[in-house]
Amino acid sequence: MFADILITGLVNGSTYALLAVGFSLIFGVARIVNIAHTAFYMVASYCIYTATYKFGLHPVVGMLIGVVVVTVFGVVTYRIFIAPVREHEAVVLIATIALAMALQEGMLLMFTGDYLSVPHLIPGFTILLGVKVFYQHVLTFAAVVVILGGLHVFLSHTRLGLAIRATAQDREVANLMGMNEGRIATITVGLSLALAAFTGAVIAPLSIVEPFMWLHPLIMMMAAVVLGGLGSMKGSFYAAYILGFAEAIIVFTVPMGAFLKGSVALSVMILVLLVRPEGLFGIAFEEER
Amino acid sequence: MKKAFFMAMACCALIGWSGSVWGADTIKIGVIGPMQFVQGKGHWNGATMAADEINAKGGVAVGGKKMKIELVKADSNEFINVTDATNAMELLCTRDKVDFIVGGFRTEAVLAMQDIAMDSKKIFIGCGAAHPELCTRVAENYDRYKYFFRGTPFNSNFLVKTCFIQMAYVGGVLKQQLGLEKIKVAIVAEKAVWVDPMIAAAEGFIPKMGMEVAGVWRPSPVATDVTAELSAIQSSGAQMVLALFSSSVGIPFARQAGELKIPAAIVGINVEAQKSGFWQATQQMGNYVTTINTYCEGVEYNDLTKPFMDEYIKRYNEPPTYTADTYTAIIYALVPAIEKVGSLDPDKLVAFMETDEHLVPSGKAAYMKDDKGRHLHDLVWGPGYLTALGVQWVDGKQVGIWPYKWKASETAPEITYKGIVPYTIAPWVIEAHKKK
Repeated sequence: MFADILITGLVNGSTYALLAVGFSLIFGVARIVNIAHTAFYMVASYCIYTATYKFGLHPVVGMLIGVVVVTVFGVVTYRIFIAPVREHEAVVLIATIALAMALQEGMLLMFTGDYLSVPHLIPGFTILLGVKVFYQHVLTFAAVVVILGGLHVFLSHTRLGLAIRATAQDREVANLMGMNEGRIATITVGLSLALAAFTGAVIAPLSIVEPFMWLHPLIMMMAAVVLGGLGSMKGSFYAAYILGFAEAIIVFTVPMGAFLKGSVALSVMILVLLVRPEGLFGIAFEEER
Repeated sequence: MKKAFFMAMACCALIGWSGSVWGADTIKIGVIGPMQFVQGKGHWNGATMAADEINAKGGVAVGGKKMKIELVKADSNEFINVTDATNAMELLCTRDKVDFIVGGFRTEAVLAMQDIAMDSKKIFIGCGAAHPELCTRVAENYDRYKYFFRGTPFNSNFLVKTCFIQMAYVGGVLKQQLGLEKIKVAIVAEKAVWVDPMIAAAEGFIPKMGMEVAGVWRPSPVATDVTAELSAIQSSGAQMVLALFSSSVGIPFARQAGELKIPAAIVGINVEAQKSGFWQATQQMGNYVTTINTYCEGVEYNDLTKPFMDEYIKRYNEPPTYTADTYTAIIYALVPAIEKVGSLDPDKLVAFMETDEHLVPSGKAAYMKDDKGRHLHDLVWGPGYLTALGVQWVDGKQVGIWPYKWKASETAPEITYKGIVPYTIAPWVIEAHKKK
């Protein structure tokens, strides 16, 4: 059972980590609570489905198209709908909810509510520690490691990454130092949405493509972000795995309560917040003020 | 200006008058369902096919004149919001002023819609929800709810019964072909109210069938990854899975079980596996999954099945799901009743319909009474009436596997519908359990 929990927890956690880190990035830099983050992930999944089944392209080509389309589309919608109201956080929150709903309804109109799916990039499974694991799961885990490692290198060792981190720490001072804060925010939005699209690309073969597929990951992603500490990418990363393991433990130890895995994971979040309201790696509110 | 105004008024009056004359020669039937989803599409497709057939023959004979059928489509959006469903029903009754209504899917929504239809004294034939309460209401408050009839499927108590009979049949095949002595059954049921009593019943019934319960798993109805549950099921040593799914979880469960080659025969209710899109949705991994179903290409209950199936597939390029029984509701229940009674009067029609027995493409429809002899307007289940089918996905095609030499009782005759084939055990199940 230990091996089952280990493998399942790693796979679940990787999915949430990809989403949560992208969400944290955009919140940390642009202070945008992007509720539509997972809706873009849903759009990417539909792009892959369309490219694969309507145009007969290889799923990898579909993935690339999905990432590009969602990134461009996301940046355009950001410039049109979000950027003008960016300073008003409540308005941004509502605008992104509306955007998510619009994307959902758009997909419902175009593809109806039918459950669709896309093929695994590598079909089949392997046995790790006596547990059957899909190659797609292994690929997802590897992708998370590569993407998050690449992101870490980018943010730590490039001038643009430095500018993004500086803007995340203090927008006004970054502006005074000559950084174009608006441009950096746009780039960060693009980067964050590319991450969402990439998540959609690696997760779509493991999931069902349907217009409401963004809701459950949204809750888990928000939980990971809050648990890790709002805006802390490192925190989101660790929190995603905590939630992933919490879910796995429930499924294996209480099979009759498997449906509770989401609520138990959220309860873990609440318990941690009771002890540490700023989250695992967040800045204490008093200190921030 | 004044002249133009009067001209416009005259035109409006003419349009209104011609509309009312045209309206008087039509029977308006509201078709309500979640139109963006497979279930609603089935409602609409079945009703359209019925209306086209009747209108092509000149319409419905009502008291000496022919009336055409006009369908009114109403999107209940009931998967997302029950309030949308009640609004849609309200509009059908008050704005569109339909004469009859067919459709509905989710019990929660249909219960609410039923009240609105009853308020307007509209005959409402439910074509989707299985909960007994819909018909218990008829018995308990006949004057108010007598306008409701169950069209499809038969009620959930009979669904359970059919499900267990099919499980016993597959269990028998496993025992016989693999030489298993006592079969271990994993019960996997989505977390939904309709399943709760079925789990309790299954836990009591499985040991009586000489099998053993290996465990009960309750994934979320919308879970997209059930590999953890599948690993646990495999660890439990189960040789058969009783799956009870009406939601999207039926797809990842079947797909992942097929991909991981979980060595257990999957039986039960998987609504997603009833649909033609299941093969694509599972990426061809739903092979050998078995589910209860109403229709299956190549299987005939009676002489009406084949013409219905052929025409439906010709029109829509896919076999019907059970919600397409709006066809049956209109063409075999409603229209003959109107023609026999010679009126659209709902009270006269109810009196005729509740005693009428008629063949339908899925068997024979008759309405039952409760223990106290009160009309339920609920469908009779059993040999000679409605039984449903057991269907199995084999290499991309649904085949009928039950009833196969089924005897409803010790003394009852064997039943095998035309086109039914024996159950096929998945090769990886054989490999895992066959005694050397």
